[in-house]
Amino acid sequence: MVGITGYGAYIPRHRIKVEEIAKVWGADAQAYKKGLSVEEKSVPAPDQDTITMSVEAAFSALKRAQIDPKKIGAVYVGSESHPYAVKPSGTVVGEAIGATPDVHCADLEFACKAGSEAMFVCLGLVGSGSIEYGLAVGADTSQGAPGDALEYTAAAGAAAFIMGKDNIIAEAVDTYSYMTDTPDFWRREYQFYPRHASRFTGDPAYFKHILGAGKGLLEKVKMKPNDFQYAVFHQPNGKFPVKVGKLLGFEKKQMETGLLCPKLGNTYSGSSPMGLTAILDEAKPDDLIFMVSYGSGAGSDAFVWRVTERINQVRNKAIKTREMLNNNKCYVEYGTYAKYRGKIRKGE
Amino acid sequence: MRDVAIIGVGMNKWGELWEKSLRDIFTEAALLAIEDAGVDHIDSMYIGCMSSGLFVDQEHLSSLLSDYLGMGPIPATRVESACASGGLALRTGFIEVASGLNDIVLVGGVEKMTDVSVAGATFALSTAADQEYEVYQGITFPGLYALMARAHMQKYGTTRKQLAQVAVKNHYHGSMNPLAQYPQKITLEEVLDSVMVADPLRILDCSPITDGAAAVILAPLDLAKKISKKPVVKIIGIGHATDTIALHSRNDLTEIKSTERAAKIAYDMAGKRPEEINLAEVHDCFTIAEICVIEALGFVEKGKGGPETEHGLTTLGGKIPVNTSGGLKSKGHPVGATGVAQAIEIVKQLRGEAGERQVKNAKVGLTQNMGGSGGSSVVHIMEVV
Amino acid sequence: MSSPKYWREIPQRYRLEAGKCKKCGKIFFPPRLICDGCKSREFEKINLQKEGKLLTYTVIRVAPSQFIDQTPYAMGIVELKDGVKILSQVADCDFDKLEIGMPVRIEFRKIFQEGEAGIICYGYKCVPV
Repeated sequence: MVGITGYGAYIPRHRIKVEEIAKVWGADAQAYKKGLSVEEKSVPAPDQDTITMSVEAAFSALKRAQIDPKKIGAVYVGSESHPYAVKPSGTVVGEAIGATPDVHCADLEFACKAGSEAMFVCLGLVGSGSIEYGLAVGADTSQGAPGDALEYTAAAGAAAFIMGKDNIIAEAVDTYSYMTDTPDFWRREYQFYPRHASRFTGDPAYFKHILGAGKGLLEKVKMKPNDFQYAVFHQPNGKFPVKVGKLLGFEKKQMETGLLCPKLGNTYSGSSPMGLTAILDEAKPDDLIFMVSYGSGAGSDAFVWRVTERINQVRNKAIKTREMLNNNKCYVEYGTYAKYRGKIRKGE
Repeated sequence: MRDVAIIGVGMNKWGELWEKSLRDIFTEAALLAIEDAGVDHIDSMYIGCMSSGLFVDQEHLSSLLSDYLGMGPIPATRVESACASGGLALRTGFIEVASGLNDIVLVGGVEKMTDVSVAGATFALSTAADQEYEVYQGITFPGLYALMARAHMQKYGTTRKQLAQVAVKNHYHGSMNPLAQYPQKITLEEVLDSVMVADPLRILDCSPITDGAAAVILAPLDLAKKISKKPVVKIIGIGHATDTIALHSRNDLTEIKSTERAAKIAYDMAGKRPEEINLAEVHDCFTIAEICVIEALGFVEKGKGGPETEHGLTTLGGKIPVNTSGGLKSKGHPVGATGVAQAIEIVKQLRGEAGERQVKNAKVGLTQNMGGSGGSSVVHIMEVV
Repeated sequence: MSSPKYWREIPQRYRLEAGKCKKCGKIFFPPRLICDGCKSREFEKINLQKEGKLLTYTVIRVAPSQFIDQTPYAMGIVELKDGVKILSQVADCDFDKLEIGMPVRIEFRKIFQEGEAGIICYGYKCVPV
């Protein structure tokens, strides 16, 4: 059996409300809130980035995994906002948790599914016996262009998973990946903000790939939606994941626990992985969880997880995702938000 | 060891001396001291300077300043201990005379701080703290002293007003010192309203950035009595001690142990007790520093520095006037020069040359010079002969 | 920021790696060559515990150049559970809640970056518990 030995998440404490952003651009806040099903999003402070959040999420994962970090054989950090263009985030994370130097490391990128890719790769390496444990992190502090629809949802967060064979809390029953070349959302080198193809990002992109991976996996494992206690999908807003879940045959109540977007925003590579951590915070032994990520460009990774007995022993060893989501929040107005996100043009 | 005396002092007006370079500033003060001493040659010289390298890209001051002094190819030694460089240069010069190695020794201090930007000066000053474990974390010098102030206020109930009173007093003294950088009186309200720099310290709690130099001439006591036309001031005690460089490594954040230790050594050597000191020049880089230092020197009980300052113990006319020169706050703080200028103030007072700010019956004076957040301290005790 | 100078302190800045004197147990952060207590030269590596309490604090309002964008920020001297004292920023706190004795814990944060093209420097800060 291969699966998750430890998990953790990190959410920065600052938030900005949809109303604050709409005010500045003269937009209809209520229309955005309803249309996107988002109320507020997380904002990284100037001293937080993909690396710092990955480190803290990894520390929580280690607390739950209860293993010697030197046994981690690989560290992968998936993000579309790695702090360096060249120099991995993974090396800093590996050093911070004490996994170095006998460890494989790489940074991954595939828009918002870079986190689930890291998970996918670690499962493969552990399953083949190449490594004993692997750390997979999905984290982002993505930018939304000022005044663009994405500015209302582009948020910050991280989720980390230590994959292993022993002492697992959730078994990876099976996985499925589905990918095509689809230019729905992209960022060219040296551009500060990403661009997207508006409504084209819906059916031919998000929905096609999640449905492709989701249906493919359900067929492969020969299961039906109502076999599952929980379902979690990539969350670019609060509407899409509920719609795609229903299209696959899931019910709203199966998706509630993992749906963080309305209060968190879109954490890109952290999105469905963080949803999974929120589910693990409350799931019971033998519960089945259906997870499908989505990355623009485009592709989806699907997973079926089965929770084990051990979840009860370790769940409380680190902070829970919804605790970070709901407590200790600090709201900022647009000026501070723009300053924190480097959106203000400065002098030399 | 021979007895050592100060037979000459020299100091120019301190401030933002745009037209003068480091070598000009030092040489001026040195020549004034040589003139005041009435000597025609120097055997050796010491230069206290914290960071000519960072401020004006110049090291090798030994060669540069002995060259420009024009007194021949004499031995010259640069001494550095952050803001205690001047005081330490004095101690080191003393040792050369006391040992009998040489007779007429010039000890000067200099700092030229305004050729760099304020950010550049702040960076240079920050090198007095622990680069990797204090400065890296984002601390500033006002920040370090603010951490001390907060701890002192919590432990002893020292008030914001009492801190401000140090600045008010020192400016009152400095208003009588024509060489001071900021010889203006200030009020308590002005201090309490000034811009916050590091909670609870405000800009008027902080000593300024200054260009300046100061120099003294040392001679063995016997020779001094023969050649000096002015009252001779003997150095009767010297103490020097270090402490951890990082503030957070200290045992008690409200104490300056390096000053306590240096003072004990000086008092023992001089055979004097704190009550026998008539006046002192101390290192008021920040108002809280003076409060902690007068406690460390034993002028007041631990924790009483604030209230005693408020009650006028250390004001001119009080029992033990502190910083009649204006202190670092009003006189200025060209880092390497400060320790030497402190000695000059004591000498002038003991000679009866202090004019408006003369302390009556001044016989025994003390200087306390310290580096960084108290990582090093040098204390001198002097007596008029 | 010099690369070798930054890199040399990584074990301390990322993992709080300290040296514990094998003879008398005194802990040094950063590690030392000689114990100033018992003069022993033998140490074992330990990672400091991440919980502590605030001994004193200030709010920096005039900052050094690389911290200007973060101003104002709180800093404090913190005594960690192992008895070691450190100086660090106190992040994620409302300034009027700062109090001597306040419990805090260590979090991994970005300390500063060298402009737009230099290296990014990480390290430890404290956050309220």
